[in-house]
Amino acid sequence: MKKRILTLFVAALAGIVAISAQGRRGLRINEVMIVNDSTSVVDDFGQYSAWVELFNSTFGPLEISSVFLTNDPAKPTLYPVPLGDVNTEIPTRQHILFWADGQPNKGTFHTNFVFTPGQDNYIAIYDADGKSLIDEIVVPGTLKPGQTYARKVDGEGGTGNVDAWEVRDGSDEKYITPSSNNIIKSTNSKVDMFAEQDARGGGMAVMAMCIVFTALLVLALCFYIINRIGASISTRRKEKALAETQPEAIAEGRPDSDTGEVIAAISMALHDHLDAHDRESTILTINKVRRAYSPWSSKIYSLRELPRR
Amino acid sequence: MDFRDFIMQNLQEFWHLTGFYNATWEHFVMLLVGLFFIWLAIKKNFEPMLLVPIGFGILIGNIPFNPTAGLEVGIYEEGSVLNILYNGVSAGWYPPLIFLGIGAMTDFSALIANPKLMLIGAAAQFGIFGAYMVALLLGFAPDQAGAIAIIGGADGPTAIFLSSKLAPNLMGAIAVSAYSYMALVPVIQPPLMRLFTTKNERLIKMKPARAVSQNEKIIFPIVGMILTCFVVPSGIPLLGMLFFGNLLRECGVTNRLAKTASNALTDIVTILLGMTVGASTQASEFLTSETIRIFLLGFMAFVIASASGVLFVKLFNLFLPKAKKINPLIGNAGVSAVPMSARISNNLGLEYDPSNYLLMHAMGPNVAGVIGSAVAAGVLLGFLA
Repeated sequence: MKKRILTLFVAALAGIVAISAQGRRGLRINEVMIVNDSTSVVDDFGQYSAWVELFNSTFGPLEISSVFLTNDPAKPTLYPVPLGDVNTEIPTRQHILFWADGQPNKGTFHTNFVFTPGQDNYIAIYDADGKSLIDEIVVPGTLKPGQTYARKVDGEGGTGNVDAWEVRDGSDEKYITPSSNNIIKSTNSKVDMFAEQDARGGGMAVMAMCIVFTALLVLALCFYIINRIGASISTRRKEKALAETQPEAIAEGRPDSDTGEVIAAISMALHDHLDAHDRESTILTINKVRRAYSPWSSKIYSLRELPRR
Repeated sequence: MDFRDFIMQNLQEFWHLTGFYNATWEHFVMLLVGLFFIWLAIKKNFEPMLLVPIGFGILIGNIPFNPTAGLEVGIYEEGSVLNILYNGVSAGWYPPLIFLGIGAMTDFSALIANPKLMLIGAAAQFGIFGAYMVALLLGFAPDQAGAIAIIGGADGPTAIFLSSKLAPNLMGAIAVSAYSYMALVPVIQPPLMRLFTTKNERLIKMKPARAVSQNEKIIFPIVGMILTCFVVPSGIPLLGMLFFGNLLRECGVTNRLAKTASNALTDIVTILLGMTVGASTQASEFLTSETIRIFLLGFMAFVIASASGVLFVKLFNLFLPKAKKINPLIGNAGVSAVPMSARISNNLGLEYDPSNYLLMHAMGPNVAGVIGSAVAAGVLLGFLA
C-alpha cells in the first residue's frame, strides 16, 4: 500500500513539474517601447502609447488571463490580465501587445501603469499566484523616443539576460516589429545552408549514415552485452537446477546429458512402442439450444457472408 | 423570368456543378491510375490492404467538381469531411499511430538474439541518402530532396510523416510512390539479390537463433527507445510509438492494449491513411513533371537500398569466421518493408536450397530497417526542418 501511495505521489509530482515546465513559463517579454513618438503603432483609440509585446515561446497556445504585469518589483500583482477575454489566448509562437497607458478601463490590453521616460524601467510578468516570476527585464533609461528594447531572437535568451536584448531604432537593420517576429525569416536558414555548403549531398549522406550507424551500433552493443549477461545468468540457473535434481550427473561431469531433444526422443519412442492413447470420455451430452427466432432479427435476410477468394 | 426559364436556369446551374461538366483529361488519367491500383491489389494481390484504400482514395479525390461553388467536398477545402480526415496525414499523426501498431505486431526476438544484424538495417538506409544526392542533382531543394529520398526507407508511414514536415506539396506523390514500390518489392528485389550474390553465398546456412527470454524482450523496447531517441530526438514520434507498441506486446500484462493497437487501431488508421493519401492526389496537384521525377527517384532509392543491404552483408562476411557467416540474401531485408522483404529472402533462399529457411534471420535486419528508417527520418528532420 505504501509503495502504491509513493508511486502515485511521484507520478503526480512528475506531472506537476512537467505541466509547469511547459505552461506559462514559456511566456516572454519580447519587445518594449517606452515613448511612442507617433512613428510606431496606434491603439484602438488612435492614441500613441507605450507598449509591451509578449511572446508565446511554446509550441502550443497559451492562455494568459490572470497572470500579472508590473513595472514595480515591490508590487508583483499590479496589473492582472482580466479573465473572460478570448483574445488572451496567444497562439503558438505568436505575440500580443499591451498598451502601458495607465487606462485599464479602455480594455483588457491597457495596463494600469505607465513607464517613466529617461530612467530605467522595470517590467515583469508574474504567474497567477502573484509570486512565481515568469520573466523580467530592465529597459535602459538611455532608450530614445521611437526606439524599442527587443530580444534579438524571439523568446530566446532566458529571463533577465541583457545580452539577449538590443536597442532598435527602426532602421532597415534594427527594425521595430510590434505584434510580429523580431527576426523576419523569408526562407529556412538550415535548407539554405545545406544548399550552399553541400550542393551535392555528400556531406548529408556521410553525416546521416554515421548517425544511423551509431544509433543502431549502440543498440547492438547494448544488446550484445545484455545477451552475454542473460546467457551467463541462464547457464548459472541451469547448473543450479541440475545440481538440485541430478547431482550424480554433475558428479560425473555430464551436466548437459539430458537435453530436451533426448527427452523428446525417448517420449516419442515410448509413445510409439506402447501405442498409447489419451483416455477419452464416451459420454455424449445433448443440450437443446433455444433461440428466440424472428425473421426480423435474422441476419440471413439482411446480410450475407463476406466473399472469399 | 417565366417558369420554363427558371427550370432551365436551375438545370444549367446544376449541370455546371456536375463532374461531367468539370472533368478534364487529367481527371480521367488519375481515375485510371486509381483503377490500376485497385486492379493490382485485387487481381495481383500486391499489398491489397494498402492499395485498395489508396486506389479508391484516388477515385474519390479525382471526381471533378466545381471548386468555386463552396461545396466543401474537396480534400483541400478547409472544414470538409475529407479535409478533417486528411488532418491526420497533413499534421503527421497517422504515421505514429501506425508505428504503434507495427511495434505491437513485431517480434524483435531475431534482432535481440543476433544484434549484429542491426547493422544491415543501418546499411540499407544508404538508399535514402543516395537518392538524396541524386534528387539534388535533379534540381530539388534540400528539404524536398530529403522528403523524396525517404522513399528508399520503404516505409510508408515514415515517408508520409517526413514529407508532411519537409515538403507538404509533394506528399501525395511521395506517399503513393512509397506504397507503390513497397507493393512491387517482390518484383524489384530478387533480380538485384541474384545480381550481387554468387551461388555459394546464396547457399550459406546460418545457425538457428537462440531463444530469447521475456526479460530481454521487455528490456529491448525500453532501452531501444531511450538510446535511439537520445541520438535522434526528432525521431521521437515514430520511434517512441514503435517501441511503446512493442512494450505493450512483450510486457505480458497489457495484452488487451497490444491486441487493440495491432488489430483494430492499425486497421482503422490504415483505412483512413490509405484513403486520404489516395484522395490527396488530385490531378491538378499530382500530374506534374515533378511526380514523374519523384517516381524515378523512388525507384532508384529502392534499388540503392536493397543493393546496399546485400553488399554490406558481403563486406561484413569478410570479417566474420566461417561458421558465423551471414547469407547475403537477407541483406535486402534491411529495407523496412515488413515482412515482405524478409519473405523474399526466405523464398529466394529456398529456391537455391529447399532446406535453407532464412525467414527468422531476415526478420532481424527487417525490423532493424524499421528502426533505421525512423532514425534516418529523424536525422533529415533535424537537419532540414
